[in-house]
Amino acid sequence: MTTPIENRPEDHPIAPYLRMDRMPHIWCPTCGIGTVVKCFASALGEAGVDLDKTAIVSGIGCTGRVAGYMNLDAFHATHGRAIPFATGLKLGRPELEVVVFSGDGDLSGIGGNHFIHAARRNMDLLVILVNNFIYGMTGGQNAPTTPETARSSTMPFGNFERPFNLPHLAASCGATFVSRWTCLHIRRLTKCIRTALGRKGFRFIEVIAPCSTLYSRLNRLGSGLDLIKFYHDNSEIRHGADTRDLDIGFQDHFVCGNFVDEERPTFLEQMNAHYSKTLGDRYVPMQPEGGWIHE
Amino acid sequence: MKADPAGVLTGVHYLDGDYACGEGAMAAGCRFVAGYPITPSTEVVERISRRFPMMGGTFIQMEDELASMAAVAGGVWTGTKCMTVTSGPGFSLMMENIGLATMMEAPCVVVNVQRGGPSTGLPTMVGQADMMQARWGSHGDYELIALSPQSPQEAFDLTIDAFNLAETWRVPVMFMMDECVGHMTEKVVIPPADEIEVVPRVLTDKKPGEYKPYAVNGRPVPENVRAGDGYRFHTTGLTHDERGYPAMTVECQSTAVRRLIDKIRLNADQIVRYEEEDVEGADVVVVAYGITARVTRAGIDLARAQGVKVGFMRLIVVWPFPEKRIRELAGSVKAFVVPEINYGQMVLEVERCAAGRATTTLVPHLGGGVHDPEDICRAIVEAAK
Repeated sequence: MTTPIENRPEDHPIAPYLRMDRMPHIWCPTCGIGTVVKCFASALGEAGVDLDKTAIVSGIGCTGRVAGYMNLDAFHATHGRAIPFATGLKLGRPELEVVVFSGDGDLSGIGGNHFIHAARRNMDLLVILVNNFIYGMTGGQNAPTTPETARSSTMPFGNFERPFNLPHLAASCGATFVSRWTCLHIRRLTKCIRTALGRKGFRFIEVIAPCSTLYSRLNRLGSGLDLIKFYHDNSEIRHGADTRDLDIGFQDHFVCGNFVDEERPTFLEQMNAHYSKTLGDRYVPMQPEGGWIHE
Repeated sequence: MKADPAGVLTGVHYLDGDYACGEGAMAAGCRFVAGYPITPSTEVVERISRRFPMMGGTFIQMEDELASMAAVAGGVWTGTKCMTVTSGPGFSLMMENIGLATMMEAPCVVVNVQRGGPSTGLPTMVGQADMMQARWGSHGDYELIALSPQSPQEAFDLTIDAFNLAETWRVPVMFMMDECVGHMTEKVVIPPADEIEVVPRVLTDKKPGEYKPYAVNGRPVPENVRAGDGYRFHTTGLTHDERGYPAMTVECQSTAVRRLIDKIRLNADQIVRYEEEDVEGADVVVVAYGITARVTRAGIDLARAQGVKVGFMRLIVVWPFPEKRIRELAGSVKAFVVPEINYGQMVLEVERCAAGRATTTLVPHLGGGVHDPEDICRAIVEAAK
């Protein structure tokens, strides 16, 4: 026998992690972003991070709205600039855990330069990139991630550009933690985010997510649920896979998993170690609580 | 409060304007700088990168100017005073995030050591042709503050003022140097820390939950907050309400953008700063700023030798523009003469405020050098007729 449950949003387990006064969110029915937010919120709880010391930065786009819904110090920056904005936060107050949560177009298109340099520097940021293969907010235009032959509103006869293999891009630039999951892999993704929250340096998690309103409709792929079924039938989990083998073809078999998990000194560790060595006692590092000078 | 002695290199120095600007920033309490190399501004960050490790400051050379300005717009939210440094081409790239800093009300300083333009222009040679860009370069309606130093000493002094104005009004402040001032070496006196007044970042004393990031309660600017103190605040480049939440309505746009502009426009009297010499009884007043102000003095001397009654008005704060004063002077003088190293920018403001009551003459220089004082003199004599 089931007991009727009063549908009170504030009783939802992740409600404390969200700005419930901003609900309902703007995302379409069967969009995958909400699922990633749920996994992120669960991971924050499981990892036991200090939420008061956790900041989140988003750029522009559908996923760019995530920061605005999280009950953290939250910043909605300009298009493509979430990573450098987050870099300023991290360097201005090094004790902060800074998460960048944005989309494929934002982080790998307009923001691609910042992505590769933050990875190269091993900047202490956790970057969660929701990849829906398309520019959703603006109406389904071609993205640097759109698979070859897939249709978009600006490639109406099918995309002929080669898309990025994002885990390979991140790994080859020096990211120390690299994973790819989908909205189907709720437990694995949550665990992956939890693990990444416990690591340092530039951590990159790509999450494949359905965009039923645009990507799916333009390519006649059915509903978001149909795409989740597709992920179920066509994704293979291969931890430690060579990131060169992670290209994604249109409606093709693809690989998920945790690919890179290694330790390398972060930007701040490198800087502190280097100045301590070269300057000795003369070096005055910025304090963990930052460079705020007050009376 | 008084300056943090760690950043103050007290003494008498022989410095170029770029170094002096860097020293001013450190004295003002700046402890985070993000920049990208560009002539003729690079010496500012070279100076800072050499001294920051000894005072708890962090310099990072970013991948481009988009990133530099974005890092500054982000760094501000830690309570750390932040600055970036560039010249024309980089200034163009920073515009979008200068708009973000304006919209988020993120206090910071953007140094532009101006060179000749447009485009790559004259990388190593002087220009003053970004003056309108400083005011109007980012999209949308906004107001900000810009200063223009005429010497290395002022590069030091006014950089401190730039940080103080940024804190007071919660705006990005444009520090509009030019290549000549940036690269000229002169005596710079840096006073003891306890003689330098700095405006600290005063954080809200409200508790999390009571605090709204954009509530002003009758004051011109909202109370400050920083990330990591438990406030869980939100800020965005979208039009936002008092909570910092997106509120894209006609009403909110009207309230929010009007306040952004009015906090500067209605308080311009407190911000505007200029110097005057002999304007009372003058037939002609020359209006100039930056390096051109110094060349202008020679032109004025030449004109006075010919018997012309000339006054001088030097703009120190360039934006907001001293509208009220130009309007007053327009009632008593015959003409304004405006030499500047561009083909007519601030002269448009002078002309607008003179509103036909006095004539306005531009003395242009297209860049790469400073005016010949004879050209300024000739314009003054002609205008006095």
